[in-house]
Amino acid sequence: MSVRSLLCAGLIALQPSLGLAQGFAGLASDAEGFALPQPNPSFSFPRDHGPHPAFRIEWWYVTANLSDTAGRDYGVQWTLFRSALHPGETAGWDSPQIWFAHAAVTSAQRHLVGQSYARGGIGQAGVTATPFAAFINDWAMTGRAGPGQDGLSALDLTARGPDFAYDLQLDADGPLIRHGDGGYSVKSPRGQASYYYAQPGYQVSGHLDLPSGPVAVTGQAWLDREWSSQPLAPSQTGWDWFSLHLDSGDKLMVYRLRDTDGADFNPGTWIGQDGTAHYLNDGEITLTAQETTSIATATLPTTWRITVPHRQIDVIVTALNPQAWMDTTPAYWEGPVQVTDAASGGAVGRGYLEMTGYD
Amino acid sequence: MKRAAAHALWSHWRRHPGQALTLVLGLALATALWTGVQAINAEARASYARATAVLTQDAQTTLIARDGGTIPVATYVRLRRAGWQVAPVLEGTTRLAGRTVTLLGLDPLSGPVLPQTAPLGSGGIAPFIGPPGQLYAAPDTAAQLNGAVQPEIVVSDDLPPDHLIGDIALVARLLGRPDHLTRLVLAPAQATDLPPLDQIAPALIRADPAPGSDLAGLTDSFHLNLTAFAALAFAVGLFIVHSAIGLAFEQRRPMYRTLRALGLSARALTGLLALELLAVALMAGLLGVAMGYGIAAALLPDVAATLRGLYGAPARDSLGLRPGWIAAGLLMSLLGTVVAGGQALWRLHRLPILASAAPRAWRRASTKGLGWQGGLAGLLLLAAGLLTQTAAPPHLGSAFASLAAMMLGAALALPPLLAGLLALGTRLARGPVAQWFWADSQQQLPGLSLALMALLLALAANIGVSTMVGSFRTTFTGWLDQRLVADVYIDAGSPETAQAVLPALRQTATAILPRITTEARLNGHPGEVQLLSDDHSYRDHWPLLSPAAGVWEGLAEGRGALINEQLAYRSGLAPGDPVTLDGTALPILAIYSDYGNPRPQAIVGAATFAALFPDRAVQRYGLHMDPEDLPALRLDLEGRFGLRPDQIIDQASIKAASLRVFEQTFTVTAALNVLTLGVAGVAILTSLLTLASLRLPQIAPLWALGMTRARLGQLELLRAGVLALFTAILALPVGLALAWILLARVNVAAFGWRLPMVLFPGDWALLGGIAVLAALAAAAWPARRLATRPAADLLKVFASER
Amino acid sequence: MLLQVQSLTKTYPAAPGTDAARHVLSGVSLTLDAGETLALTGESGSGKSTLMTLIAGLDRPDSGQIRIEGADIAGWPDRRLAQMRRRQIGLIFQQFNLIPSLDVAANLAFQARLAGRFDQGWTAIVAQRLGLDGHLSLYPEQLSGGQQQRVAIGRALAARPALVLADEPTGNLDEATADRVIDLMLELVIDSGAGLLMVTHSSRLAARLGRRTHLSHGRLA
Repeated sequence: MSVRSLLCAGLIALQPSLGLAQGFAGLASDAEGFALPQPNPSFSFPRDHGPHPAFRIEWWYVTANLSDTAGRDYGVQWTLFRSALHPGETAGWDSPQIWFAHAAVTSAQRHLVGQSYARGGIGQAGVTATPFAAFINDWAMTGRAGPGQDGLSALDLTARGPDFAYDLQLDADGPLIRHGDGGYSVKSPRGQASYYYAQPGYQVSGHLDLPSGPVAVTGQAWLDREWSSQPLAPSQTGWDWFSLHLDSGDKLMVYRLRDTDGADFNPGTWIGQDGTAHYLNDGEITLTAQETTSIATATLPTTWRITVPHRQIDVIVTALNPQAWMDTTPAYWEGPVQVTDAASGGAVGRGYLEMTGYD
Repeated sequence: MKRAAAHALWSHWRRHPGQALTLVLGLALATALWTGVQAINAEARASYARATAVLTQDAQTTLIARDGGTIPVATYVRLRRAGWQVAPVLEGTTRLAGRTVTLLGLDPLSGPVLPQTAPLGSGGIAPFIGPPGQLYAAPDTAAQLNGAVQPEIVVSDDLPPDHLIGDIALVARLLGRPDHLTRLVLAPAQATDLPPLDQIAPALIRADPAPGSDLAGLTDSFHLNLTAFAALAFAVGLFIVHSAIGLAFEQRRPMYRTLRALGLSARALTGLLALELLAVALMAGLLGVAMGYGIAAALLPDVAATLRGLYGAPARDSLGLRPGWIAAGLLMSLLGTVVAGGQALWRLHRLPILASAAPRAWRRASTKGLGWQGGLAGLLLLAAGLLTQTAAPPHLGSAFASLAAMMLGAALALPPLLAGLLALGTRLARGPVAQWFWADSQQQLPGLSLALMALLLALAANIGVSTMVGSFRTTFTGWLDQRLVADVYIDAGSPETAQAVLPALRQTATAILPRITTEARLNGHPGEVQLLSDDHSYRDHWPLLSPAAGVWEGLAEGRGALINEQLAYRSGLAPGDPVTLDGTALPILAIYSDYGNPRPQAIVGAATFAALFPDRAVQRYGLHMDPEDLPALRLDLEGRFGLRPDQIIDQASIKAASLRVFEQTFTVTAALNVLTLGVAGVAILTSLLTLASLRLPQIAPLWALGMTRARLGQLELLRAGVLALFTAILALPVGLALAWILLARVNVAAFGWRLPMVLFPGDWALLGGIAVLAALAAAAWPARRLATRPAADLLKVFASER
Repeated sequence: MLLQVQSLTKTYPAAPGTDAARHVLSGVSLTLDAGETLALTGESGSGKSTLMTLIAGLDRPDSGQIRIEGADIAGWPDRRLAQMRRRQIGLIFQQFNLIPSLDVAANLAFQARLAGRFDQGWTAIVAQRLGLDGHLSLYPEQLSGGQQQRVAIGRALAARPALVLADEPTGNLDEATADRVIDLMLELVIDSGAGLLMVTHSSRLAARLGRRTHLSHGRLA
């Protein structure tokens, strides 16, 4: 019996894109059987750097704004997603945990993307809290923090795509911060929420392997940690998310959840130079889309104006490369942005923009 | 005028419904056989196409365990973590709801490795993984399993029967093998700076797609076989049509004369008759396509079983209506009608208005033709002989070309040979009736020769194919007896288990023969090398093609290797030549037959094997033991060591399974044989019916001169029997030549092995008897009609007006 | 008496579409002795050919009697009638009806051999007298009409029949050829001592035979 022919017959059945295509839309699905975030969380580190298999979805999300010696800007993304088919963890093939990851390198001209998938349970992908290691296939984010330091304070970050690779060292220069109310981040007036913390301030050095050759880079990075089971309300169709490193040393995280069923939900976090986080309520921030770009089937705003009046913020945010479309599963827009003062037009910082739900 | 003419012409069929039936039936039969085979071929090819579309399948390289065993999941993970793009595959057989099925477990997330194709379902990954998970199955398999198993059964048109595909977790659970994989599929594109394979997974090797495992190439010979049969059947069917059309034209000659005399132009007359032929062709074509569908539907399960069993080709049992072969069937029907009726139409077109309505004087005209035909036949037979001697190793194309030349040459040689025999009969005949009988048979030969050629071809095909099948069966069963020397075969699954079960085996078995097979390159071709322990059972039974003294001693002492026939043919090797096994050259001690295995294989002794492949451990054993102890041993091994039932197989089961596959293989050819012979019988019948009317003026004087109608009828019957007997005798050498080409040329080219030819004279006698009986049956009706013919019919011959 | 025919009747059933049955023969009687020649004349459809086929045992009368050399053939089975045709009767047809698969020599000898009284010498004489000795190895289709009819006559006479029945033997021949063929036939019949009954519509030919009788509407005049 020719087994080869059988295999061939078999392979049609299976597409990696099949299930994951539900993607971000799945974030609005039922939380049946899964744990739900509760107010007033008490995080415990390093344990909470590790996975929470009782929750449906979780991510380790790094974005970096880098420059080479010639002053050219780059953006780097490294994201590991955990998506559970069922709550809990089992060793071996029977694990309900599915891991997938996206990596990208963006310059003003190029946007290079890679993605990776793996089963949980067999050691092909996962996250361990102590010592910290997040990995999927040959991509990894590995802790090298010394004893007594936070596990996420020093990281080695590697990934490779079909036409790029990178190897970066990240060193935090401030503490972890908690978004929302002590890490409990409300996503909708109807109560959907997630656990959400971050390390917003890394100094980065390392190199990128690009089709044109290796490039040594330095810059800043931001790591978001978030897990939940039902973070969006059904009528919320997508979000626009900003993380900005301002030259003043302040940092700003702002997002807007677009709602077909009423007002958008638009909170944020202000992080001062001393590393203290201040919750920005829905209504304290104004987001205005100014210019759009058409990519594939989507039309997205790639220039924004953000105002936070009581923090004296009025800035224009412009995509470094408006074509930073992540043609992954799921597909979305993610790329580095430049921040200029709305009044003077002078550069005041840089950051990352993510937009979902436009396709 | 034309309407009236048409009415007059076509009224003929109302008056002769039997003739109309013969014509339509003949054409329909011919079309049916052709269409049926085409439908089968189309269906099978569609099956391959489905499979090929999935993946440029044989371009897919896989990684397998060097020792032929399984691959730990940890090895897979290590490769993935190192950046290798591989996808895991777990395969095994198990029983589900009382059926033995092959399960194929895949990881839907090994995404980048698998090429993008259209997904089967739209349910997404969650229901596929489950629990309870999904199993994809062919429609008939799905129907049997639905509701009987936990996982949801999803119907897929793309799967062969009894093969289920599911998530690797589900399959691992069903097979009870959570930690091992069968193989890894290697993506064509890999990063350039990966750690080398032999560093991170030294126990694995690449299995390149085996040359010659290309399904289309392998199965081509099978389809060519079927097509050749179909063409033969079609040709035989055309003989029927030819005689039916010929008769209808002949009988209407006076009518043509009258119509022409009344002012119908030759062109209009020809046009009307062409229209008539077209209508007949379409009607018969449709009927034939319908009958062909029936034939194909009846035969397809066997064909599919053959293709699966012999070639591993994923063919399905169920038949779809495809516009391709329907159109081809109708076209063949039209084409056949043109071939069969064209000559009649042409003659008619050029017929002088007042031409004699009498039948042509065939005898003298055909004498010249016979010489010419004999010459051509000689040339064709010569060409056939030369073609079998070209190309070594044998080439499938030249083998079939020689087959075609031989069959055509034999068919063309038949009339001259029969004429010679009949002339001899005339010369030797004593008595006027005998003399007339032979002379008259000679006279009739041209009218019957097409039908007799059809009979010859049908008989030769029958003899040839049954000789091949018989030889195959005899050889194959003998070979199975030789090859399966151990009483019980055990596959421990891993070297560790193999070590662990040894004490238990020692208690039961009288001898334990370790078996190791490993992938290797044999003279550059990917194949396998097997270890054979020095045991008397091998010495006594192993199927060596060229037994020589000292072979086994040489093998045990490491002085050389045995190779299989396939490798010998492919690389042109003979005993004494060196064969390289993964770069090491060893002298060939002998060649053995290895039916059913398309790949090159070599056998070495234990010491040689250890030297060549030091890291390969024993995983399998052959045991000499009392079969009665098997149930206890099985219970022990399954209970204590977790062996699955299919890891312990007794000799009888293997034999039974092998023979089952084999028997299915030739059901189709046997069925086509019978059908072709049947068609030849119909051809004889219609030819005789045609002749019967034309011959009345030749028979009537004999009656007037004092022979009874009953006697004349008996002579007609006798003539059919004698001609059939002569044809059968002449078909014998043709059939044997056919068998020889099939066994010694086609088989070698298609499978890589040559079979000794075994003769079955009993079968020939039976077949000759059947041929004579068929001819007698075909002649019975015309003969009876003659014997009971009213005197008035015969008297008309003497009346001045005919 | 060689041939004795008495009160012979033959009626063919009504053909489809016509109302009356056809009375072909309505009480015909005649006799013929050995060595005698009798011409039977009549119009087309007068029943001449039917009378011949009845005498040859190729068909059966409705009533009446046929005696050949004294034996009443009524009620004889096919086999006996066929034997009679082989041994006692020589048939000559307008269409010649030679056996196309046999050459002239075999055709000439055919009936004699069938009857089991083949006589090489006599057959040679017949062939020679009919002018066929140069054509013995030819086949019927290679002969002219006159030659073919001579073969047919030879075939009938080589078997030394007691009674020769000829049905329009020259119907397909031109006048000159016909005369020659009739001469040969009469010569041979008389020499062999057989009786001849010849059907013809030609009174010119009829005049050359010993006796003549005329058939009209199924009755002899």
